[in-house]
Amino acid sequence: MGAWIAKNRTTVIVSVAVIVAAYAFYYLKNDIAPSMYVSAWGYAIPLVLAALVGVIGERSGVVNIGIEGQMLVAAFAGFFAAAYSGSLLVGVLAGIGSGLILGGFLAWTTVKWRMDQIIAGVVLNIIATGITSFYYQPGQLLPGLMPKFDIWPLSKIPLIGEVFFSGTSIFATLAILAAIGVHFALFHTRWGLRTRAVGEYPSAADTAGINVERLRLINVTLAGTLAGCAGVYLSMDASSSFERGMVAGRGFLALAIMIMGAWRPLRALAMAIFFGFINAVASQLQAGGSIDIPPQLTGTLPFVVTIVVLAIAAGRVRAPGAVGQPYVKGDQ
Amino acid sequence: MSETPTVADKAAAPPPSSGGTSGDKKPAQPLAYLLTHQSGVVILVALVIALLVGAALIRYQGVSPWYAYETIIREALLVDGGLTRTLQKTAPLVLTGLAVVIPLRVGLFNIGGQGQLIFGAMFGAWVAYAAGGLGFLGAVCGMLAGMVAGAFIGWIAGVLKATRGVHEVITTIMLNYIAAGVTWWLVTGPLQAEGSKTSGIPQTELIPDAARVGAVAGIPIGFVIALALAIACWWMLSRTTLGFKLNTVGANKHAARYAGININRIIALSMVFGGGLAGLAGALEAAGTLHRFEPAIGGTLGFDGITIALLARANPLATIPAALLVGILRTGAPGLQFATGIAPEVVDLLLAIILLMVSIPVLGKWIFRSRADKVTAASTSWGN
Repeated sequence: MGAWIAKNRTTVIVSVAVIVAAYAFYYLKNDIAPSMYVSAWGYAIPLVLAALVGVIGERSGVVNIGIEGQMLVAAFAGFFAAAYSGSLLVGVLAGIGSGLILGGFLAWTTVKWRMDQIIAGVVLNIIATGITSFYYQPGQLLPGLMPKFDIWPLSKIPLIGEVFFSGTSIFATLAILAAIGVHFALFHTRWGLRTRAVGEYPSAADTAGINVERLRLINVTLAGTLAGCAGVYLSMDASSSFERGMVAGRGFLALAIMIMGAWRPLRALAMAIFFGFINAVASQLQAGGSIDIPPQLTGTLPFVVTIVVLAIAAGRVRAPGAVGQPYVKGDQ
Repeated sequence: MSETPTVADKAAAPPPSSGGTSGDKKPAQPLAYLLTHQSGVVILVALVIALLVGAALIRYQGVSPWYAYETIIREALLVDGGLTRTLQKTAPLVLTGLAVVIPLRVGLFNIGGQGQLIFGAMFGAWVAYAAGGLGFLGAVCGMLAGMVAGAFIGWIAGVLKATRGVHEVITTIMLNYIAAGVTWWLVTGPLQAEGSKTSGIPQTELIPDAARVGAVAGIPIGFVIALALAIACWWMLSRTTLGFKLNTVGANKHAARYAGININRIIALSMVFGGGLAGLAGALEAAGTLHRFEPAIGGTLGFDGITIALLARANPLATIPAALLVGILRTGAPGLQFATGIAPEVVDLLLAIILLMVSIPVLGKWIFRSRADKVTAASTSWGN
């Protein structure tokens, strides 16, 4: 434990400082702080899920620019499947299934057909926009609200319980579990070691007997389910409607979060919450009117912060070695 | 400069003629990919397949596909004034296509045409309005302002890529949202026209008649400008030192560096060009079509530029027919809705299928089985 703290000194200091500041703010400004935290986490949930999609893809050596499109189609499929079938479960499954299919599409085109990964992702996004805007129908309603539940006894913790564990949605819990799960799987299992090997140095992994193409195919396809969850959360949980282009850049924000989180799941979780907080501050400024900034400009704050933070972070973090490059067996 | 071309020439044969089979070090570059996996025949077959798939989907909506396509063609080309409208629509599409093509030559994927265009439209409309008294000169000022505004947005992404290594796909998308927010603030705040404050759609003041970009004998001036710029871009890329530098950096960065090319400058410059072209598209749209700025002015022009550039295989001259195709579909779509009730978003769907067919390499392999296999083996050598 002591050695671990010594090794991760910066992380520990920053985390403790953030937690102390969060609690201080919570007790000093009790009128606005709780709602800001809740809205921050609500904004962060799809970002966490989507950033994990990016992490899994890039750790295996495949850039996923198509997260935005995967989320959009999943939001669309989930919402309309639920509206037409009258069952929320059918909607959730349809959304996750469509995420899986689009994950498979990206995996197949980039790994099997060796299509340029950036082009494949952008094509996926444009296709998603085309499908969802043509088949969109106004005036549909969900059969009901997604269930919310308390996770006892965690929900009794001040602040943390209130924000993360009481009145929480399935996807919020999933986002936390998935971040922890992917972290554990990447760094402490055989699958994780192989995935990282395939993403860093595929020819070495190939020599060691790992089927590079198959592992990449499986990882990118299955990661699509997480993008599906993120999309379903947007159209069925965070709001109860589907609008054209409703993902609104979150897929790309998630990629930025992945980079700022140095391709590590738990840091991505922390960065996503940081982004959620920036968004909450932006909407607080809008509502409070305490500072005279036009609301149209505060809405762009997360995007401005992304560019600034990326410009600072770039060069300090290192992408997996083989990201963006197709692998051809026996071709050195 | 006399000795540098020969060094780089060996390492990076100019893409248009050689088909990029020169064993590039970075096979994952979008341009190398485009050139190795696609030929004109593939594009044509892709178009035919896409239109057939589109026909099946239209059939599924309960409308005769033949009638649907016929309506689009009639509305876009044959109806009185239709051709002018189509060319008017095509002009910004050529420019947003070029805005993707030029950075693609350097290996950058500019998907920020939408933000660059809307910024250009805002400042183009504003300057053309403010300088409206100058007449023709005001129109020129408006276009220049649009170009500068778009180029500025492109420059941000280019400089971040060149100096900090931030991926341009992420920054350009972020800048799209930032540009939308900033222009939305301007048009609902400082620059909003008095008359539009009650109407619900925020707009700027109308550009005076004299400073508008109209049409001569049914040919929009904007279209002529777009054609001229497409030819100029082709000439620049294939006949000038600057174009040679752009192509060399795109084909092989290491060779370019050894040849003494300032890579960072070329990367930033390509985004400045791309942003300027998209900004000009916005200014033309403001001065030629709407005669003012409103938030929806961009429509899908920026993202259609991506489809056009990929359809044109990053060739500036080929953006003209590609943009014309998109222009015909976009212009005919409202007429199609009027005649059959099919939503105009069917064009989004059609373009998505075209894009898919054009960009999946399997079609190329299927048509040129033996050749494509060889090309794939040569172009995807892994690692450096």
